[in-house]
Amino acid sequence: MDRNEQRKQQYRDYVEQVTPKHNLLKNMAGAFLTGGTICLLGQVILNFCKAQGLDPDVAGSWCSLLLVLGSVILTGFNLYPKIARFGGAGTLVPITGFANSVAAPAIEYQKEGQIFGIGCKIFTIAGPVILYGIITSWGLGLIYWAFGFLRG
Amino acid sequence: MEYIHAFWVGGLICALVQILLDRTKLMPGRVMVLLVCSGAVLGFLGIYEPLKAFAGAGAGVPLLGFGNTLYQGIRKAVDEEGFLGLFTGGFTASAAGISAALIFSYLASLVFQPKMKE
Amino acid sequence: MEGGTGKVEEKKKQAEMTGKQSIRFDEAVHLLCAASIAGKKEGEGPLGDRFDQVFEDPFFGKATWEEAESAIQRAALEKVLEKTGMQEKEIRFLFGGDLLGQLIATSFGVKELGIPLFGLYGACSTCGEALCLAAMTVAGGFADHVAVVTSSHFGGAEKQFRFPLEYGNQRPLSATWTVTGAGAFLLGKRGGKVRIPEVTPGKIVDYGVKDSLNMGACMAPAAADTIEQNLKDLKRKPEDYDRIITGDLGYVGKRLLLELLEEKGIRIKEQHMDCGIEIFDQEKQDTHSGGSGCGCSAVTLAALILPKLVSGEWKRVLFVPTGALLSTVSYNEGQSVPGIAHAVVLEHNETGLQQ
Repeated sequence: MDRNEQRKQQYRDYVEQVTPKHNLLKNMAGAFLTGGTICLLGQVILNFCKAQGLDPDVAGSWCSLLLVLGSVILTGFNLYPKIARFGGAGTLVPITGFANSVAAPAIEYQKEGQIFGIGCKIFTIAGPVILYGIITSWGLGLIYWAFGFLRG
Repeated sequence: MEYIHAFWVGGLICALVQILLDRTKLMPGRVMVLLVCSGAVLGFLGIYEPLKAFAGAGAGVPLLGFGNTLYQGIRKAVDEEGFLGLFTGGFTASAAGISAALIFSYLASLVFQPKMKE
Repeated sequence: MEGGTGKVEEKKKQAEMTGKQSIRFDEAVHLLCAASIAGKKEGEGPLGDRFDQVFEDPFFGKATWEEAESAIQRAALEKVLEKTGMQEKEIRFLFGGDLLGQLIATSFGVKELGIPLFGLYGACSTCGEALCLAAMTVAGGFADHVAVVTSSHFGGAEKQFRFPLEYGNQRPLSATWTVTGAGAFLLGKRGGKVRIPEVTPGKIVDYGVKDSLNMGACMAPAAADTIEQNLKDLKRKPEDYDRIITGDLGYVGKRLLLELLEEKGIRIKEQHMDCGIEIFDQEKQDTHSGGSGCGCSAVTLAALILPKLVSGEWKRVLFVPTGALLSTVSYNEGQSVPGIAHAVVLEHNETGLQQ
């Protein structure tokens, strides 16, 4: 490495040192509370559905459906980003974060038209999530299938 | 008890992911992909279903649960339909979540206007 | 071929190449007038009551962020013309720029004004780039009056460079907040209380920083380079300036700039200011490292810096807008974020006459 490159590396290391970072513990607490609350809400929906005599899979689907609906509405009223500022990962990790990542570009890009605006951009973040989720589970499913096939 | 477990397990998963967000340069999109893929792997390893039995929505609502759902769907479909199940199970199991997100978001784009961040 | 005229008379010298990359104009170019238009959040900041106009509706009555930005640019230009009582047709050239892809805010904003246009991209340094070129054009005798306009809009910039505005995420503390606003300036040969005697266009400096959410760190080396070069070329010391004002380094970049220069034995702690720091109240407005964007340095120049130069409170200022030259493509392809900074010397001019 020549001197010039060394100097640049030094600078980058120094930048890392002096760049202020969020207080991790405070952010983790925010994420814990927000994420926990959203999951708790999910549990309320699950229990309510089960009390209606629905089987666990159907109850799970209702739970996803209602949480997604709630998140999309909050996104529409521009409230989800406000919660996210406090909640961080607590709003990103639950399925509501996925719904926010679908609704946000749909609303933002409506001005660029139905096809190239909403139609394409709605998958900006959801697309990769669905793609890699499907690919990974397909690959793992293939292993599961192969084992079953070999066992006969 | 169910509620408490859902709260702390779900909260804990989020708090751990917060470390990832704050201490690495990973963008939120990458973190979401990572979670879904990890969930599928945890499901494959047989770890996630017991966790779900314990924590309920605390394990089901985070995106890890979405990945697990995809894998469980494929597994179930493979059991029932064989090879073809690899191609049907994932979307079948996750249909409600994905469709809801797409449909509600589309409707939202008809109703809501972009707004300035404050 | 002699062309039959014999000896060609040597053209009158109008400017001098000074040092490595600075220009000293034989006759300083005058900055006649400025106008600033800013958004609601900027209006609530420390400079709020100094802007010519603050608008509440982030869409500025238009349908999209991009159209809004165009309209703000146009409004800023019209404001500066109105202040001087001049007409569009008296402006010979316009130097304009913004942050949007292919400069659409500028193109659509000024298309109906009918002024010959140079569209410029220097990221957030565009205001400096435009002022350099505009001053050179006037000094070179190619125009009597030229205008400069630059703008940025939080909505458009965020949508293009980062996430849709409705997306929930936590911004790192090093991130800056794109200023919504536009600044317009009118330059001419004489008649201004502020003049531009020298400029130092900057070169690209890339220390390989890749974090697009820490643009201050990406741009600080470029600002340091341009300031150092300006002092060297013009044989000045930092004390020769009342203020040295960078564009949008923010709190993180400011610290880095001061330290980079200190290493070379240049202390500018006393003189240094940063438009990104001046424009927002970090505590109350949750803007983290400060403001940024082509509009940031432009509105701060128009609303804060020029009035102090006009009044004579400051006699000489070095104005150094800074830019981070990235796109979403270069970012996705793993490239670093190169920085650039252009320096413009601004002086108080008591008489408004040419000296």
